[in-house]
Amino acid sequence: MRVLMFGWEFPPHISGGLGTASYGLTRGMTSLKDMEVIFVVPKAWGDEDQSAVRLIGANNIPVAYRRISYRGFTREVEKIEVRSEIIPYTDPEEFWKITRRKEAAGQRILVRTDNKGKIEFSGRYNGNLLEEIYNYSVVAAVIASEENFDIIHAHDWLAYPAGIAASQVSGKPLVIHVHATDFDRSGGNVNPEVYRIEKQGMDAAARIITVSNLTRDIVISKYNIDPAKVETVYNAVEPVDVTEQLQVNKGFDEKVVTFLGRITLQKGPEYFIEAANKVLKVMKNVRFVMAGSGDMMERMMRRAAALRITDRFHFTGFLRGRDVFTMLAMSDVYIMPSVSEPFGISPLEAMLSNVPVIISKQSGVAEILTHAVKVDFWDIDAMADAIYGILTYPALSGEFIRNGREEVIRIKWENSARHVREIYEEVLGKNKSH
Amino acid sequence: MSAAGKKVICLFFEVHQPFRLKRYRFFDLGHDHYYYDDYTNESILRKVAERCYLPANKIILDLINKHKGKFKVAFSVSGILIDQLRLYAPEVLDSFRKLAETGSVEFLAETQAHSLASLKSRAEFEKQVNNHVGLVKEFIGYDPQSFRNTEMIYSDQMGAWVADMGFKAMLTEGAKHILGWKSPNFLYCNTINPRLKVLLRNFVLSDDIAFRFSNRSWNEWPLTADKYALWLEKISKKSELVNIFIDYETFGEHNSAESGIFDFLEHMPAAILKKTPFRFMTPTEISKTLQPVAAISVPSPISWADEERDLTAWLGNELQSAAFEKLYELEERVYRCNSDQIFKDWTYLQSSDHFYYMSTKFFSDGIVHTYFNPYDNPYEAFMNYMNVLSDFEIRLNRICNTSEQELAMIRVREQIKEKDEIIRKQEKEIETLRSKLQKLTGTAGKTTGKEKKSKETVKKSGTEKKTRSLAEIAAEAIAKSKIVKTKTEAKKKPVKAGAAKKSVKAGASKKSTAGKTAAKKEVPAKKAGPRKTTVKKTASKKTGAAATKTATGKKTTGAKKSK
Repeated sequence: MRVLMFGWEFPPHISGGLGTASYGLTRGMTSLKDMEVIFVVPKAWGDEDQSAVRLIGANNIPVAYRRISYRGFTREVEKIEVRSEIIPYTDPEEFWKITRRKEAAGQRILVRTDNKGKIEFSGRYNGNLLEEIYNYSVVAAVIASEENFDIIHAHDWLAYPAGIAASQVSGKPLVIHVHATDFDRSGGNVNPEVYRIEKQGMDAAARIITVSNLTRDIVISKYNIDPAKVETVYNAVEPVDVTEQLQVNKGFDEKVVTFLGRITLQKGPEYFIEAANKVLKVMKNVRFVMAGSGDMMERMMRRAAALRITDRFHFTGFLRGRDVFTMLAMSDVYIMPSVSEPFGISPLEAMLSNVPVIISKQSGVAEILTHAVKVDFWDIDAMADAIYGILTYPALSGEFIRNGREEVIRIKWENSARHVREIYEEVLGKNKSH
Repeated sequence: MSAAGKKVICLFFEVHQPFRLKRYRFFDLGHDHYYYDDYTNESILRKVAERCYLPANKIILDLINKHKGKFKVAFSVSGILIDQLRLYAPEVLDSFRKLAETGSVEFLAETQAHSLASLKSRAEFEKQVNNHVGLVKEFIGYDPQSFRNTEMIYSDQMGAWVADMGFKAMLTEGAKHILGWKSPNFLYCNTINPRLKVLLRNFVLSDDIAFRFSNRSWNEWPLTADKYALWLEKISKKSELVNIFIDYETFGEHNSAESGIFDFLEHMPAAILKKTPFRFMTPTEISKTLQPVAAISVPSPISWADEERDLTAWLGNELQSAAFEKLYELEERVYRCNSDQIFKDWTYLQSSDHFYYMSTKFFSDGIVHTYFNPYDNPYEAFMNYMNVLSDFEIRLNRICNTSEQELAMIRVREQIKEKDEIIRKQEKEIETLRSKLQKLTGTAGKTTGKEKKSKETVKKSGTEKKTRSLAEIAAEAIAKSKIVKTKTEAKKKPVKAGAAKKSVKAGASKKSTAGKTAAKKEVPAKKAGPRKTTVKKTASKKTGAAATKTATGKKTTGAKKSK
């Protein structure tokens, strides 16, 4: 079975959990028999790990020379034919020339390309995101017309339009994978444009995969989707060889409590600070670390300063690669107080590194973990209690470490991949019967 | 009015650069105890030295020579800058020393670290001021009589402290909100202790040079020395004292050499002396010459920074005040530790610049805040500083958590080590001297029996002295280590015994060599005379060297030379 997968990022160029999850899933899939994955990202850097998948960067696909090849498709493809009226242009002056010729500008879509007819993508969550998403779908259509595959799989809203376009061009069924909805990201303050794209994707999809039941409920209730179409496939974690883990020589005696992730509303950093403050009132031999960056970092620093705990509360900025493992290896407690976390792979990574975890009940990962402390994200007293307990009673932390490790080793990407393949088979079977 | 119509202008320059911190990460905590970005510090200091300090010092020196004592200026060179100059640009220190020698330049005292200690701790403040006075005396050769606090920070209370320390005058900002209808162009005095004269900065005329000089959209641009003199002339009837206090980096750094700032500096004194009734004086001189017109009341601290002339540039947001409080929470522990490296870092970490970098006031005074700022934003500055401070605290705790007794033990152990070292050195020396003596006596040859005897006695007495002195050393070590009675007792004894043994051994070997040398003397008598005396000399030198346990190395080399 060949799968054409659309994602937004791929290791090592990741800004969040999405890249990690899609990478893990594709790795798991290719370990199964007869599974082949073509993974498309807007921008390929050239240094990605391609051992498991063939990676295509949309930025490497010339658009200009393909326009005509769409002719002769059926009704569904007619829309694409409109889209195939893409007029690539390379510089603003040319754009101006084209738009001057009114008949050319009429119904057609103008896409800026470089001199080889390729579209430039930044591959980041900023810039003109909507334009990039749209451009991505244009290239997706081109790719879909070229490649040979059985099913299309699109990860998260950024890739939905690409998936829809590919599906329309090829006639192959679309499965979408919801790693997060805008309700998680925005804390309820949903961007209507993003919602529209998400809803379109969900409507167009034959099946919807969600990363937890928490997300499944959101998809069903907030996007008004038929529950029969939505299925939960839990994420997993790449096993790490413990012997390979670097032994970190901590330069101080205090215990370390770590928050690792984007410092944004969704992740609940402020609850971590408040809990830290409570813990520091009763014990001194502990340091808190907020590792990561994000739009709330400055506010969090001011808060920590106002609480006068900055000598015990540290900020590291965004951590990359090895630093993440160093940080985990230094930690005595890992905490994820997310306000809304569709899944949350990082606690699993912490558990693999022998660190006890505290997670919020509002996270998808809480549905599959037993050997973790679960608290409501707003319950800073319970959080402080748990931190204090794990730090003070070695028996408790030992128990969490041992059992947690055993538990997390069983959460494998291979199992998730098998589950996904079952869904593919169902979809394809259903398609054939039509 | 007072001083019979004297018109005085006072030029003062602040000279300061901080030790900027390197990027210090959380992971470095407890491992890396070096906090400074040597590369940045050195390159900035070299740049500033070449573009500002050296050319400006040269011009000022020339002006002083040219005007024969009529041109005078005052400087305040921060302690941290003196440290940096010693490291990176000693020629600048030389040029300051030369300026001091002219007698027309006054150097003021400030806090060693260019710190905000005056806002927190009187004890720390006074310590730092004394340290700074020491540094200025040692490296610039000037004994400061007047004072100016970091960035012109001043309040009545601080003024009183400064007066208590014996300073004659103090400089500060002529801030509008404290002056009200009053003019900054007179001499004032402190409200609590009127003996301290207070000089208020004329910020309009100061900023004309410091900030507006190269601003082409300023309607007075270009500013020439003559124009400036004309402005002074205009206000001369209604003023006695005009204080121009500016950053030294105004010359060549904030205003590039191409803007003509150096030409301005070169021509200004002549223009002022020629076209206005103003005469140049330095703060201490002013405090003795002019009479204060009134006391100036400054109940809460002011400074020369930003539009507000208050402390908000350093302590204006939560980050700054949190960092500031955490820093001074460590004060007591720092002094308990009593370690040179800790003191050094403690000083450098106090420099006000670290707090300045955390300022979030980017609007009206943003440009000034970015001068030589190593950080992209105040949050980064805060993160880095707090990490460094945490490491500093870890070090303090490591030293301080050890109890008093343990500390004493450590000290005794160190002393014993030291003494052992001295004993080892002296043994070596005895060895070398002995071999030399052997050589000497080998060639010295014929000496009469009497002489032999006398020599022998000399030598014997010498060795005896040596044994005694070594024993003395051991005894001294023991005496010093008496702080801890019981615990160290056991440790002391072996040392004592060891030292004694060693000294006995040395003495014995000496005697035997003396015997040998006495036996082997068969060289013509002519030569023997002078040789003999040298031998005696070396012998006496030796005993001297042994007696003064330190600096033995030097003495032996001295003995060598005498031969």
